Amino acid sequence: MLDTILNNLSHIVPELIVTATLCVVLLAHLISRKSSQLLTILSIAGLFAALYSLTSNFGINISAFSGMLSIDPFATFFKIVIVLSTIVIVLMSRFSDEVNAEQKTIGEYYFLILSMCVAMMFMVGSSNLILMYLTLELSSLTSYIASGFTRKAKDSSEASLKYLLYGAFSSGVMLYGISIIYGLTGTLDIAGVNQVLVQGSANNLALIIASIFILVGFGYKISAVPFHFWTPDVYEGAPLTITAYLSVASKAAGFAMMMRAFKVMFIDSSVMNLPAGTWTLINGIHIQNALMIFSVLTMTLGNLVAIWQKNLKRLLAYSSIAQAGYMLLGLVVLSNDGFSAVMIYFVVYLFMNLGAFYVVLLIANKIGSENIDDYKGLGRRNPFLTVALAVFLVSLTGLPPTAGFIGKWMIFISLINAKMVGIAVIGVLNSVISLYYYIRIIRNMFLRDGVDQTTPVIEYPLAQKILLLSLLVPTLYFGLFFNELVQFAQISVSIFGSK
Amino acid sequence: MTITLTHFLMISAVLFSLGLFAVITRRNAIMVLMGIELILNSANINFLAFSRYSGMNIEGQMAAIFVIILAAAEAAIALAIVLNIYKRFNTVNVDEISILKD
Repeated sequence: MLDTILNNLSHIVPELIVTATLCVVLLAHLISRKSSQLLTILSIAGLFAALYSLTSNFGINISAFSGMLSIDPFATFFKIVIVLSTIVIVLMSRFSDEVNAEQKTIGEYYFLILSMCVAMMFMVGSSNLILMYLTLELSSLTSYIASGFTRKAKDSSEASLKYLLYGAFSSGVMLYGISIIYGLTGTLDIAGVNQVLVQGSANNLALIIASIFILVGFGYKISAVPFHFWTPDVYEGAPLTITAYLSVASKAAGFAMMMRAFKVMFIDSSVMNLPAGTWTLINGIHIQNALMIFSVLTMTLGNLVAIWQKNLKRLLAYSSIAQAGYMLLGLVVLSNDGFSAVMIYFVVYLFMNLGAFYVVLLIANKIGSENIDDYKGLGRRNPFLTVALAVFLVSLTGLPPTAGFIGKWMIFISLINAKMVGIAVIGVLNSVISLYYYIRIIRNMFLRDGVDQTTPVIEYPLAQKILLLSLLVPTLYFGLFFNELVQFAQISVSIFGSK
Repeated sequence: MTITLTHFLMISAVLFSLGLFAVITRRNAIMVLMGIELILNSANINFLAFSRYSGMNIEGQMAAIFVIILAAAEAAIALAIVLNIYKRFNTVNVDEISILKD
């Protein structure tokens, strides 16, 4: 027993490295109270080491710790997305005036970011319902504290309270759903649940109620309508770096967990004579329609409400709700193509969304505002920054030649291949709506004159420009050369315990 | 009268409903948190009852232990956040804490 556990430890080396890093960061802050630069360097070094050790997990497809955790290409893919976004967030925090103002507790800040990272890395691999719940709670608990990190600010405190109440409630409901599933099937292992469900012996009404309860937990994590109420307030009130982190990494981890639960629990793998790469749901489970309704509601509401927003952070919150709606479409398709489309979308989303938040952060550092009206005439004061923001926004809309186009294109193609043209049309119409509010920002920056014409050009240090370039270049690169990304997603789609 | 699985399930369903009711109707943040504790404990009763009565395995009891630990951690964090809110707003009424709005 001990031998197997020790053996399995070699498969979670990336997680162990990040865990060690977060301990070191906390200690380093205690020893040298002065240097926040040291903390950044330590965190970045640990994260790059974790990224490097993730590459040795390529091609491994096993189950570890007596079936609790799956180490498969699917998990490895999402772990890479999470670690990459953590690296970007740590660098962004370095440049954030809002975070650096809290010099006294800056060690805790990096500690919280890294522990969120560990929790999410376990989330994407967990294949047991109780481990899913525990990792989801671990990542949520740390994000409650992180979103209230600037304790002095009223809105940050309010954000953390709202996040706490919604989060604790949703995950409590999810836990109740898990307990019903346990009663119905006698196991918490998702593959074991699948075996019982395939036999059709579970009571159907109880199963529907339990599935809805579990969906509440997932829906809260990925902020799908109607479980999205916390999102705008938390995104607006939390520090900008945390908002960016929640909108990318937290959403990616939630999606990965949901996709794994969905595919391993509800797919009947005994059915033959299907086209390659497509699946069918277990007889009597109608979760496909439910997901379809959720995704259409999510993107439509996200886009329609975003139109009225004045605060850019809040606008990006609604836009990220809408983006979750597009990504949910990839689950509705019931095929490997749909899943790989979601994975491609997340890589693209990582660069464009973090990029947009990064520019908002740099501008907020200088003009102290996130209001769209204050962006008037910024195009003349800093061409590079505003052009970069324009590219990110065009990419979020999904127009060529940016990476966002490829992400949306893959999702719509997989929908059309599955003969769901109607849903694809709704998705495209939604993109058109989103064009309106993204373009409004670009119009304010370039076509409107600012209040004071005399203000000089805003200058930025070289390091900040390099980080911006490293987000901008992939956003354009993946829009033109996407073959390798697509192939990587297609080989990473295999989940342990399903065909 | 022998006590069966059904009795436990009814108790837990009642607890769950009471928790839900508290979360929806109470405006005091502490009361909402107590409602959430009720929901967590109702799930715990379910886990324990299923594990004990259907003679399946001890997985359910393990789950309950983890949930109890987690509930303690959550309560600690929740109270810290509510305390911080009280310092800023001088109230813990969730209706009055709304400076973030559309």
